[in-house]
Amino acid sequence: MSVLVFLEHHGGELQKGALGVLTKAASLGEADVGAVLVGGGVRSLADDAGSYGATNVYVADDASFDPPLPQSRVDVLAKVVGDHGYETVMFANSVLAADVAAGLAARLDAGLNWDLADLVSENGTLVGKRPALQDSVYVDVGWRSTPRIALFRAGSFDAVQTGGGAPQVEDVAVELEAHSTGAKVVDQQLEESTGPSIEDADVIVAGGRGLGAPESFALAEELARALGGAVGATRAVVDAGWYPYSAQIGQTGKTVSPKLYVALGISGAIQHKVGMQSSSVIVAINRDANAPIFEFSDLGVVGDVHEVVPKLTELVTQRKSA
Amino acid sequence: MKIAVCVKHVPEGPARIDPGSKRLDRSGEGMLNRFDANAIEEALRIKGDGDAEIVVVSMGPASAADTLRKALAMGADRAVLVSDDAVAGSDLLATSRVLAKALEREAADLVLFGQQASDGDGAVLWAAVAERLHLPVVSQALELTLADATLRAKRQNEFGYDVIEAPLPAVVAVSDAINEPRYASLKGIMGAKKKPQDVLSLADLGLGPDDAGDAGSRTEVLALAAPPARGGAQKIEDDGNAAQAIVDFLAERRLI
Amino acid sequence: MTGATRPSSYPPPFDPREFVSEPTDPADERIEVGVLIVGAGPAGLACAIRLGQLLEEHPDVAERLGEVPVAVVEKGKQPGSHLLSGAVVNPRSLRRLFGAGFRLEDVPSYGPVHGEAVYMLTRRAALRIPPPPTMRNHGNVVFSVSRLGRWLGERAEEGGAMILPETPAGKLLVSHGRVVGVRTGDKGRGRDGEALGSFEPGSDLVAKVTVLAEGTQGHLTGVALEHFGLRGNEPQVWELGVKEVWKVAKPLDRVIHTMGWPLRTAAKYREFGGSFIYPMGDDMLTIGIVVGLDYRDAELSAHDLLQELKTHPKIRALLEGGERVGWGAKTIPSGGFHALPKRLHAPGLLMCGDGVGMVNIPTLKGVHYAIESGRLAAESAFAALQRGNTPATALASYDDAVRSSFIWSDLHEVRDIRQVFGRGFVVGGALASAMTVSKGRIEIGKLPAEPDAEQPLLRTSRAERYPVPDGTLTFDKLSSVFVSGNKTRDDQPNHIRVEQRVPREVAELWTYMCPAQVYEVGADEGDGMVTVQLAPSNCVQCGAITAKGGRLTPPEGGSGPEYTLT
Repeated sequence: MSVLVFLEHHGGELQKGALGVLTKAASLGEADVGAVLVGGGVRSLADDAGSYGATNVYVADDASFDPPLPQSRVDVLAKVVGDHGYETVMFANSVLAADVAAGLAARLDAGLNWDLADLVSENGTLVGKRPALQDSVYVDVGWRSTPRIALFRAGSFDAVQTGGGAPQVEDVAVELEAHSTGAKVVDQQLEESTGPSIEDADVIVAGGRGLGAPESFALAEELARALGGAVGATRAVVDAGWYPYSAQIGQTGKTVSPKLYVALGISGAIQHKVGMQSSSVIVAINRDANAPIFEFSDLGVVGDVHEVVPKLTELVTQRKSA
Repeated sequence: MKIAVCVKHVPEGPARIDPGSKRLDRSGEGMLNRFDANAIEEALRIKGDGDAEIVVVSMGPASAADTLRKALAMGADRAVLVSDDAVAGSDLLATSRVLAKALEREAADLVLFGQQASDGDGAVLWAAVAERLHLPVVSQALELTLADATLRAKRQNEFGYDVIEAPLPAVVAVSDAINEPRYASLKGIMGAKKKPQDVLSLADLGLGPDDAGDAGSRTEVLALAAPPARGGAQKIEDDGNAAQAIVDFLAERRLI
Repeated sequence: MTGATRPSSYPPPFDPREFVSEPTDPADERIEVGVLIVGAGPAGLACAIRLGQLLEEHPDVAERLGEVPVAVVEKGKQPGSHLLSGAVVNPRSLRRLFGAGFRLEDVPSYGPVHGEAVYMLTRRAALRIPPPPTMRNHGNVVFSVSRLGRWLGERAEEGGAMILPETPAGKLLVSHGRVVGVRTGDKGRGRDGEALGSFEPGSDLVAKVTVLAEGTQGHLTGVALEHFGLRGNEPQVWELGVKEVWKVAKPLDRVIHTMGWPLRTAAKYREFGGSFIYPMGDDMLTIGIVVGLDYRDAELSAHDLLQELKTHPKIRALLEGGERVGWGAKTIPSGGFHALPKRLHAPGLLMCGDGVGMVNIPTLKGVHYAIESGRLAAESAFAALQRGNTPATALASYDDAVRSSFIWSDLHEVRDIRQVFGRGFVVGGALASAMTVSKGRIEIGKLPAEPDAEQPLLRTSRAERYPVPDGTLTFDKLSSVFVSGNKTRDDQPNHIRVEQRVPREVAELWTYMCPAQVYEVGADEGDGMVTVQLAPSNCVQCGAITAKGGRLTPPEGGSGPEYTLT
């Protein structure tokens, strides 16, 4: 069983998420771990791919591949899979990768399982593991044929250098389909990081009525800044006019699933819970020891937010600058 | 000009998985996937006061007709529903196969999708459909304009956005930030009942039972399980050291 | 009790005249239908079904009604979303509605009543008492009125009616003294009333005949009764019902009613009501509590009384191993015969069902009266349309028909029973039995009746005894609101009219009263006054606030609960 990984790059570096998937691919124990690099001036990244476990790197290096458009990449991957018989193709989720994975699935008439958190070998075949229904249930998914296409949730695996030797590098020459060259990027804008939006944030610090007063939202904002996250709010405080509706998290607001959710002065009523219960790690600070939020948080702190949060913000800031 | 919008009838209320079939329980009430409302709205905005035809296309059970009527109430002109017992249980690949055939029949200038389905199925369907139709695809569109058989879209990505141009016909998946979908007016709701709704079977599309449903799928659900419990939940009282305890906790989990 | 606080002293900023107007849309933008029915509940749908039958028999009349002969507007997401009742229903009205060939088994129900029991409860014991004559349910059927509403909606559509969900009727359109239709509600307004990006204004929906079947606390029904001066001899009063649906491990084999605990029987509290537990098939049951809104204790919470009720050993045993799968609340008009309006019709207008108080409290029945009144309204409307003229008196036949029907005779028979319970359970019980045994011929004499909001408030520490929610048997209000299916859009104007600066006691009254936690005691304003803070998107539109000093109006269409099993 051979496995191929689609590597994404940005600003001259390989993307961490894709390298994580490559690390995972290498751990499956196959002899042939392929990686695909498509872009302008990407050949120099091939050795990096080797250090994360790629045995073979397929490069389509041309300025025309520079724009991050999916369909030409489908052409490249289809050629590599066709020429070398790869049985499994793995992607780390991104706007680009998702389109490539689905396009490739249709091109090869191959099964696509997405939003995967893990992939394991069971009974001689590969089984994907994914959460579903706002992380309330875990599902084992399989493929009935090869090639298998696997699209992993962003950040599922850590990128670990395996100390592998230099990979075999091969240039890929491919004829692009007519429809693959239709779209053109005419402009690109990098966004100034004013902090992530709630939907995309890896960290969210959310405030509830337990903050006591609208001014206390500054506590949440400072902590969010220190952690590099976004600020959220419960329906109660939005109703009371303490914070804008665009920050509301919950049944009638936004649903989020960041890596870290810090709940300040939030009781944890079910209307709020259903908007954030699939966060990977939940830390709650609340003065009321019986607040329902403690039933589903990973770390619960019974205390006064006005005492705990400023200290926490300071410690985090110190640690980050160290 | 013809715009096709692919929409999905999704279960209303908290989604449940049927332990028997291991698939989403679609037996209860359904509604229009709210992300598809953005796509319908965008089609209506592009049409404006002009005479473009907007067709909504869907694959689903017979009850999906109610959802299609909502799209018609918003202002779409015609609905096409592929409803056939054989399509139940289709995975992404099979669904894209069926939808592509239905869309081929329509030969639209622009095919629109919403950015995801609220029932967790059907993400990234557009790219698979575009591939089958051999059309350029643009996803995560925050803005979309058409001029002279060319589209121009602002596509959101992790770093900012790209401005992409593509010739029509093309497939575009719109982000939910692209617009605020309108409510159907009472006139619209009442007029919807008179608009044409076609119901097609697989045979009408030139497909057989092996092309869709479980038979046409290349992936499957093997088992369901409860999610791993939030192991090791801790609760502490602040005695002045809580902040440090939190930092240690986060560091342990490599969150900071 | 002079000097005591009464909610009625702090009336809401509400004037029915605000909700009556001439059509304002240009004539070619008004939407015309033949008969417009407001409310897709049992009354409204029965009306639509009967009209469908009549129009099929008389296509000439149907033709005259234009493209949409019968339209039903419903503020909920679909028929049934806002329907809630016990319910043990007398099937006679369904038989009359569907006529020959009707089979009761075709209607989704939970089967006939197999047995019943009435208990007098104390905190720990349950004393079985013989069912009062008013509580014999042989021949009746257990329904979920929400499910029934969905089924009736399908039959109405089959008969040609057009049902328009998520469409509230906000204003009554009156022209030259005649009701000509309704104006539907706006959609897409923000919290301060500003138009959002998705704003869609309502429409003038005009019709030859308008039928109001809005259910308890019907918004336009109240407005119409004021406008046409039709209020009855006695003010209307209400009970608040709060109920849950449970999946249970052991089937319940009988219909149960209880009295007594946790309600207090002394006259000064005025806690009139009881509880019901009905089987729903083999694996579900429904349990609810009903309490008159003329209660006086500011700390009374029907929601929490239900939670307390469930802790009774006999009741806990019924729910052991089960799971709560539904919750809801709704008021029931309880003024009975004396509170019925002077007339049920006005030019261009007919009024049916719970909206005008057709409920028999001693038997806890109203669904079959609603259905029958809807049927009669259809016949009267049809007759007027067939004649082709609709003078002011054209619809008088409806009143005649209702007065000659079992609706009237039943309500007349029990006309004074509700009132006697104001004297306390024990005294009241004896009087009530005397009245029913005599079929209403013993005249107690009418006692003066007061609106619920005029009851003076008193204070006990009742709230201390409510159970702390454990999340398995007992629950808090927000969890209940969640289970009702309520996911109302927050960013919309407040639809509840209350005086915002009131004595603390009144604010606390509303806070405890509301089963959905809409009200909260806000900032202290000094002098014993506080502001009242609202979370309107919690509202399940039960109507309790209208009885106790405020006024509920319909929010944006589709808001509120999404009942399916209630």
